[in-house]
Amino acid sequence: MGVDFIYPEFEVIRNESRCIACRVCERQCSNEVHAWSERRGVMMSDESRCVNCQRCVSLCPTRALKIVRSDCRLRENANWTDATIKEVYKQAGSGGVLLSSMGNPNPLPVYWDRILINASQVTNPPIDPLREPMETRVSLGKRPQRIERDDEGGIICDLQPQIELSMPVMFSAMSYGSISYNAHASLARAATELGIMYNTGEGGLHEDFYAYGPHTIVQVASGRFGVHEDFLNAGAAIEIKMGQGAKPGIGGHLPGAKIVGDISRTRMIPEGSDAISPAPHHDIYSIEDLRQLVFSLKEATSYRKPVIVKVAAVHNIAAIASGIARSGADIIAIDGFRGGTGAAPTRIRDNVGIPIELALASVDQRLRDEGIRNDVSIVCGGSIRSASDVVKAIALGADACYVATAALLALGCHLCRTCHTGKCNWGIATQRPDLVKRLNPEIGSERLVNLMNAWRHEIKELIGGMGINSIEALKGNRLMLRGVGLTEKELSILGINHAGE
Amino acid sequence: MEREGTVRIPSGCAIAAVISRTGRRMSGESIVRSMVPMHERSNGLGGGFAGYGIYPEYRDLYALHMFFEDRTTRKNCEAYLKEHFEIAQSEYIKTRKIPSITDEPIIWRYFVAPLPSSLAKLQLDERELVARTVMAINGKMHGAYVFSSGKNMGTFKAVGYPEDVGVFYRLEEYEGYSWTAHGRYPTNTPGWWGGAHPFTLLDFSVVHNGEISSYDANRRFIEMFGYKCTLQTDTEVITYIMDYLLRVQGLSLEEAARVVAAPFWSTIAQEPDERRRDELTYLRTMFPSLLVTGPFSIVLGFSGGLMALNDRLKLRSMVVGEKDDLVLIASEEAAIRTMEPDAGNIWAPAGGEPVIVRVNEGVEV
Repeated sequence: MGVDFIYPEFEVIRNESRCIACRVCERQCSNEVHAWSERRGVMMSDESRCVNCQRCVSLCPTRALKIVRSDCRLRENANWTDATIKEVYKQAGSGGVLLSSMGNPNPLPVYWDRILINASQVTNPPIDPLREPMETRVSLGKRPQRIERDDEGGIICDLQPQIELSMPVMFSAMSYGSISYNAHASLARAATELGIMYNTGEGGLHEDFYAYGPHTIVQVASGRFGVHEDFLNAGAAIEIKMGQGAKPGIGGHLPGAKIVGDISRTRMIPEGSDAISPAPHHDIYSIEDLRQLVFSLKEATSYRKPVIVKVAAVHNIAAIASGIARSGADIIAIDGFRGGTGAAPTRIRDNVGIPIELALASVDQRLRDEGIRNDVSIVCGGSIRSASDVVKAIALGADACYVATAALLALGCHLCRTCHTGKCNWGIATQRPDLVKRLNPEIGSERLVNLMNAWRHEIKELIGGMGINSIEALKGNRLMLRGVGLTEKELSILGINHAGE
Repeated sequence: MEREGTVRIPSGCAIAAVISRTGRRMSGESIVRSMVPMHERSNGLGGGFAGYGIYPEYRDLYALHMFFEDRTTRKNCEAYLKEHFEIAQSEYIKTRKIPSITDEPIIWRYFVAPLPSSLAKLQLDERELVARTVMAINGKMHGAYVFSSGKNMGTFKAVGYPEDVGVFYRLEEYEGYSWTAHGRYPTNTPGWWGGAHPFTLLDFSVVHNGEISSYDANRRFIEMFGYKCTLQTDTEVITYIMDYLLRVQGLSLEEAARVVAAPFWSTIAQEPDERRRDELTYLRTMFPSLLVTGPFSIVLGFSGGLMALNDRLKLRSMVVGEKDDLVLIASEEAAIRTMEPDAGNIWAPAGGEPVIVRVNEGVEV
């Protein structure tokens, strides 16, 4: 209290004339905002605990509840904003690093929203996906340099290992531990039904999910949690996580409280111990070390699995990607600064890294300039929010996109950005059994399948409008994009013209 | 107004082609006439022809057809050529002044042979040296443009209606066993003659009708391999794709057609022959960025043959017919009938199905 007091960010507005005191809100709120007062015979609220996850609002049978932003604010100041001042109070009180979850919420430029897509008029026909075949299938991996022929002149069809995707979207890495068993089950089932991939993240692979191996990317991160030979061989591809867009330059941290039961077993660490991934891989201090890890993993899997190297989009990303392309990796995954996270230091999340749009454009162009674009596929992530973001990313030069936040939203996430508390009321970013069971994997996977099928159809309509009938002919097709309200420099990095040009 | 090359100009078009399977040489008159009934498919802003077998007396030399803006450029270009080539003949290409063709650049022709010493020093085969020289002149030498660079073949193109372009270049005086023709309907003024068709590199020539939606995907891919798309036209990039697939990667015509007009994955899945299914899958996986989408009908000319190909959805008209030793191809049957009123076997090839015609075995061209 006193100097440390921060007025609650949200207010719980309860319409007393509608409230029937069924106490659903009380039972649903893991943050214990709602409570029944015997003495006064009404529902009470402790707003200081509210994170605005909308669980109570969504489940209130009489629509008696709403959560609004509190208007109790500090005196207006454009420099010292309310949020900035309160962060100072928190740190002065605790001496700690501020933690946040999910992606950077600040009003930095979203280039996707400044890029517009072309459509055919007159000189060539738009194509209707309901009437004409339209292909969204892609494969990721190295392309051979040369056609080789056997003695009879037939083409030798030896491809390096590839990932086949029915559409250019994959669910990106979220570890078992950071999200729940049921969330993982939903992602695994949906990826299998959709013919795409989901990603284990750095928490290993629960034994129940080995069955979904052909649609799983297994991740090897700096903590090496849950990594063993069977794990490596279980998936369709192996991803080396060098960095994450939400927190470039640091590793992950899963608190010991979440390391319980199956999670401890899957991660192969003792119950209750903090799972702290180091910032670097301690066997990779340079690019030549990365090459050794890439080939160690290939050796361990008999060269049957493509290896992905995932990096955060940072300032020198084009040169880094060029180095990775020469390291033997099959696929580069670039994660932009708006990418989500289960927990990250606020200062890092909000200030480190660069937008994925610029990173993707410069990496694709650099690899082409060096003539090595065929040696790797590019996957981009870090806030791909919709089918049009996917189309724009492919046209800038990506082979496929990673989505995670959109997938969590499909599962019920309301983006309250408090995953790090482990009390997710939607059963996603939590390990409390009573909360986890709120997410039904049957329904969760169906909603993911719905979302991706909707995107697939939108992608077909967008590319059909451009007169394209295969996503392959969109890749790197930057003439299909125009910028609005961008500077010459931004346009030149994106490699696109301004609208009207 | 910007000149074509700094700006991309979509075009509609008419195409026609004829080849004698016995290698019989025909004057250019007939192919020029074939464009008359398709007049409405052009708008007077581009026309051109390619003839094969037209320079038998120079059959071992590369015929470079050039546009120059002025004499100085020509002199500079000649000095550049002499570094690696012996110039056996250097002359104006004969033209006829007609009112409908104006603003002509200097139109020049060289017959050249690569210097053996240059080939030895650069350790290139001669076709690669010629291709690189063409790219260097077209990409870097302002005011000079190579529009034809094959052996015993040549292209002739201009801004104008194709039937006028044929008269302008006196094509009735040339005899070839194979001819292709193009009339262009660009949506704005090209500003110069380079953007007219056919496009050529070495003995590959392409005439094309359509606007491809995959253009920039194709262009950015092919430019990784030393090609420079200086004119930003579909036909130019298709020509380079064909050169890359056929000459550099050594694909057969049929295989190359399976790359640019790839069968749908669903079609590949139904292919009963496992070996063939593997090959089709391999080609699509290896060259996804060379899939050409959007409407197109093209005729690819090469020494000893022609290949006609439609986009896989057949979004542009193209018909084929036969008469005795001749195979005739055109956007419209009327063009075929103009060349050979009694042509038979007229059919419209399916989308993505290449029609490959070669001169008979043993015929020397």
